[in-house]
Amino acid sequence: MTGADVLAAIEIRDRTGTGCVAENGFCPDWIADNIDKYWSPLLEHVFLSVTSVAIGFAIAFTLALLAHRFRWITGPTIAVTGALYTVPSVAAFLLLLPITGRGNGTAIVALVAYTLLILFRNITTGLRNVPEEAVSAARGMGLTDGQILRQIELPLAMPEILAGLRIAFTTTVGLATLAFFAGGGGLGEQLYSERAGTGGLNFKSNVVVAGGLTVLLASFGDLIFLTIQRLATPWRRAVAS
Amino acid sequence: MPEARTPHPAVDLDFRAVTKQYPGADQPAVEELTLHVPAGEICVLVGPSGCGKTTAMRMVNRLIEPTSGDILLGGSSVKDRKPAELRREIGYAIQQIGLFPHKTIAENVATVPQLLGWPKDRVRARVDELLELVSLPPAEVRDRYPGQLSGGQRQRVGVARALAADPPVLLMDEPFGAIDPINRERLQNEFLRLQAELRKTIVFVTHDIDEAIKMGDRVAVMKRGGKLAQYASPAELLMSPADEFVEQFVGADRALKRLALQRVRDLDLWRVALVREGDPMAEVRAKIADSDIENLALLVDDQNRPLGWLGERELAAERVSGVGCSPPEPTVDTNDVLRDALGRLLSEESLYGPVIDGRGAVVGVLSMDAIAHALQTPAEDVPSSADLLAG
Repeated sequence: MTGADVLAAIEIRDRTGTGCVAENGFCPDWIADNIDKYWSPLLEHVFLSVTSVAIGFAIAFTLALLAHRFRWITGPTIAVTGALYTVPSVAAFLLLLPITGRGNGTAIVALVAYTLLILFRNITTGLRNVPEEAVSAARGMGLTDGQILRQIELPLAMPEILAGLRIAFTTTVGLATLAFFAGGGGLGEQLYSERAGTGGLNFKSNVVVAGGLTVLLASFGDLIFLTIQRLATPWRRAVAS
Repeated sequence: MPEARTPHPAVDLDFRAVTKQYPGADQPAVEELTLHVPAGEICVLVGPSGCGKTTAMRMVNRLIEPTSGDILLGGSSVKDRKPAELRREIGYAIQQIGLFPHKTIAENVATVPQLLGWPKDRVRARVDELLELVSLPPAEVRDRYPGQLSGGQRQRVGVARALAADPPVLLMDEPFGAIDPINRERLQNEFLRLQAELRKTIVFVTHDIDEAIKMGDRVAVMKRGGKLAQYASPAELLMSPADEFVEQFVGADRALKRLALQRVRDLDLWRVALVREGDPMAEVRAKIADSDIENLALLVDDQNRPLGWLGERELAAERVSGVGCSPPEPTVDTNDVLRDALGRLLSEESLYGPVIDGRGAVVGVLSMDAIAHALQTPAEDVPSSADLLAG
C-alpha cells in the first residue's frame, strides 16, 4: 500500500485542513477531531497493563515467598522466567495464538510472562537484603516466621519490590502495544494497524498521539509507584536528612 | 532515674549437662555444660571465639536446640514451652543490636509488649518509662528512626527493647561489643546501675575478660570444644585460676585487674594530721605524733578541704601558715576504684594522696602500701562490680 492510499483511507472531516494531512505532517486540528478514537484503545491498554502486572506480581510474589523459604526454588525459577523473558515479543504473541486463541487472554498471558523475571528478581533481592541482625533479633524476641515476614522482611523489602513494579509496569505498557497481534486491542491497534482508521504507522500525527499516550501512561504509572514507594518507606528519607 | 517496677521476679537459671553436637563436627560446640545462675545475678560466659559461649546462650531461648541435657528456668524445662512464647519472656540483646530500621524507636521498644497484646496506653507508658530508664529523652527520640541515632543511643534502645515486657531473664550477646571504649565503659556502668535496681537473671556473653570481670557476679570461662574451664566469682577467678588455660586467659596482669574490683573506701586509710592556718605548732606536733605519717601535716580549710602539705621547713615556724606548702595533689575520691586511684598516684609520682569524700573533705590518706596490702585480701572479701555500683 502506498502512502497516498493510506492517506486516502483516512476519514477527513470538514474542518480538517486537507493540506496538513495530505502532506503527512503533524496536524493539531486532525488530532483534536480524532482524539475520540483513542480513548477506548487507551482504556484497553490500561486494562491490559494493569491486569498483566497484577497477575504477574501475584505469581512472582508467591514464587519469591516459596524461594525465600526453600532456597532451591530460586535457580529453576530464574531459569524458566529468564527463558520466557528472552522470547521475542511478537513471536510470543503469535506463538500463543494456536493455544489460547485471539483476544485479551492471549495478550495477558504473554505480558504476564514478561513481568515474571523482573518481579521475581526484585522481590527475592529485597528479601535477601533485609539486615540479618534485624531478623535474628526479631526471632530472638519471639516473633513467629509469619510475623517476621509481615512485620520485618516485607516492609524492609518494599523499596526493591516497588522498584520491580515500576520497571515491570513501564515495560508492560510498552509491550502491550504488540497485544493487537493477538487480538488484544490497546493503543498498538491504532499505532500499527490501518484498520483502526487512524492512518497507522505511516501517518505522523497518529504515531505522535498513539505513541504519546503510551509514554504518558507509562510515566503516570511510574509516578504512582514512586509515590507509593516514598510513602511506604518514610524511614529512608528520615535517615538521609 | 525513675523507679523500675518488677512485677516479674527473677528466676533461677540452670544448665543441666547441656551438650550441643552439630552433625559432622569433630567436637561438640558445647559439652556437658552444667551451671547454676541464681535469680537476679549476672552470669558472664567468656572465652575465645569458638568456645561455644554464644551457642550455650542461644539454647536458653531455644534459638538452638540442645542435643542432650536440659535447661531449667525457675525449675521448669524450656523444652516444655513453645519457642516463640518462651522467647517473649526472655529479654534478648545482641551486639549488632538488630533494631528494625523501618520502625520508630517507640515501635522498636514496643515490639514484645505488642506481641503480648498489651493495651495501647500501657505500651505507650512503658515505652516512655524504658527510654527514661536508659537515659534517652522520650519526647526527643520516641518518633525517630534508628538510622537517626548514634551507635551508643541505638545500643540503649536495644537494651530498652530487651527489657520492654519486664522479662525475668535477659540474654545479652556482646551487647556493648561494637561501641568505642569510652562509651562502652559508660554503658557498662549505666547497665550495672540499672541491674542493681532491676535484679534480673542475666546471661551475658563476651570474649573480653575485662568486661567479664566487670559485669559478672559469676564468670564462666569456657574453652574450645565447649568445655567449662572455671565458674567462679571475678575475684576468685583472678586469685586462683583453676588451670593454665584460665590463668592465661585472665592475663598476666590479673593482680592489677583485681584493683578494679575494690574501692578506696574499702581500705584502711592512713590517718593524717589535719591542721588549719594559725594553729599553734605544739598542737600540730601532737596531731602528727597521733597520725600514720611522720613529719607531714595536711593544711585544710574550714570545710576540711585539702590545701597543701606542710613539710619540715613549714613546720619549723611558730604557727601554721599556708606559705610555701606543696600542693595536695593527687587527691583521690573515696568512691574511686583502686585501679584509678593507683593510676593517679603513679602519674603524680607520689607515694600517697589525700582521700576526699563527696563534699571534698579529707577523710584520710591513701598510700601505695595500703594498695599493696589490698592485693592480699582473700577473694571472698572482694565484691563484684555489680555490688560496688549497687552500694
